[in-house]
Amino acid sequence: MNILLDLFLTFAKIGFFSFGGGYAMLSMIENNCVERKRWITHDEMMNVTVIAESTPGPIAINCATFTGYKKAGFIGALAATLGIIVPSFAVIYLFSMFLNNFLELTIIANAFKGIKIAVGLLILDAAITMIKKMHKKKLSRTIMVCSCIVMFCINLFAWDFSSISLMLVASVVSLVSFVLNSAPNQKGGAKK
Amino acid sequence: MIFLDLFLGFLKVGCFAFGGAYGAIPLIRDVVMSYGWLSDEMLTYMIAVSESTPGPIMVNLATYIGNSQAGFLGAVIATLAVVLPSFLIILLVTALQKTALNNKYVQAVMRGLKPCIIGIVLATGIYMVLGSCFKTISSVRVNVQAVAITALLFALTLGYKRFAKKKLSPILLIVISAMTGIVIYAI
Repeated sequence: MNILLDLFLTFAKIGFFSFGGGYAMLSMIENNCVERKRWITHDEMMNVTVIAESTPGPIAINCATFTGYKKAGFIGALAATLGIIVPSFAVIYLFSMFLNNFLELTIIANAFKGIKIAVGLLILDAAITMIKKMHKKKLSRTIMVCSCIVMFCINLFAWDFSSISLMLVASVVSLVSFVLNSAPNQKGGAKK
Repeated sequence: MIFLDLFLGFLKVGCFAFGGAYGAIPLIRDVVMSYGWLSDEMLTYMIAVSESTPGPIMVNLATYIGNSQAGFLGAVIATLAVVLPSFLIILLVTALQKTALNNKYVQAVMRGLKPCIIGIVLATGIYMVLGSCFKTISSVRVNVQAVAITALLFALTLGYKRFAKKKLSPILLIVISAMTGIVIYAI
C-alpha cells in the first residue's frame, strides 16, 4: 500500500478508537507504529513523548507529525496529522448538528451541574500532577504562586488581562533572571 | 471578521497549550470567554462531550466552537489553527535534531512558562469548583447541593486511588458526576 495512504489510515484508526484524549492515545500509537508497522523504534517513541512534554499542543498530534515525518518527510507528516484529526472532527461535527436543544431538559441540565464540578476536579488533578513534576526551585515556585493568585483574581474580578499576557510576563521574568545570574561568571561557561 | 478571530484565537491556544488536555482548558476558556463565543455552561457541556468522543479534546473543542460560530468553514479553520503550532514545532525540532529546545535561552523561557501555566491551571480548577459551590463568589450564598457533590466526588477520587491503586478514569468520573447531579438536584 502507498505509504501516505497507510499513514493516513493508521492514524485515522488511532484517532477514531481512542477516547479520553492525550495519554490514552499513546498506548495505541505505540502498539500500531512501533510493534506492528515498525515505523519508529521504541526509543524514538520515548523521545517524542519527552519532546511532546516540552512543546505545546496535543501529544497525539506531536507523535503523528513525528512518525509521518520520519517515514515520508513533510507530506508524510501532513498525512499522519490529518489522519488523527479527521475522525474527531467528523464525530464532533455530526454531533453538533443534532444536539442543540438538549440542555433545555431539566434532567440534562442537572447532570451538567454535576459534570461541571467533575471537570473542575479534573483540572485540579492536572495541576497537582504538574506540580509534582515541577523543578523545585525558588523562582519556579514564586512564579507558580504569583500566577495562580493573579489568574484567580482575573477570574474573580473579571480583570481585563489574558492568561497569555501572564505567560509572556513569566517568560520575560525567567529570561531576565537567567541573564542576570549568568552574567557575572560568564567566563567559566556559566550554567545555572 | 469571525474567521480571522477563530484562527488567531485557536492559534494562541495551540501555541501555549502545555500540560495535556486539562492543562489547556483554562486557556481555551479564557479565549472563548474573551470573544464571547460560548457561555460557561455550554463550555462545560462541550468539555464533557469531548471527553466522551474520540480524539484529542483540544481538537474536539476547536471543531465544535468553530462550527457554532461560523459553520463548516469555521470548524475547519479553528481545528487547523489549534494543531498548526504543534505540527510546525515538531517538524522544526525533528529537522534541527532538537538543538533548538536545548538552547539555554529557550530553556530559561520554558522555566518561566511552565510554572506560570501550572499556576493558571491550579487557579482555574479552584475557581471552577468554588464557583459552583458558592453560586457567585461575591455573594456568599452556599449552594448546598454543589458542596455535597464536590465532597462526594472528592472522596470517591481519593478512595478509588487508595483501594484500586490507580487513577479513576476521567470518563468514569464524568459519568458518575452526571448521575449524582441528576439525583442530588432532584431531591
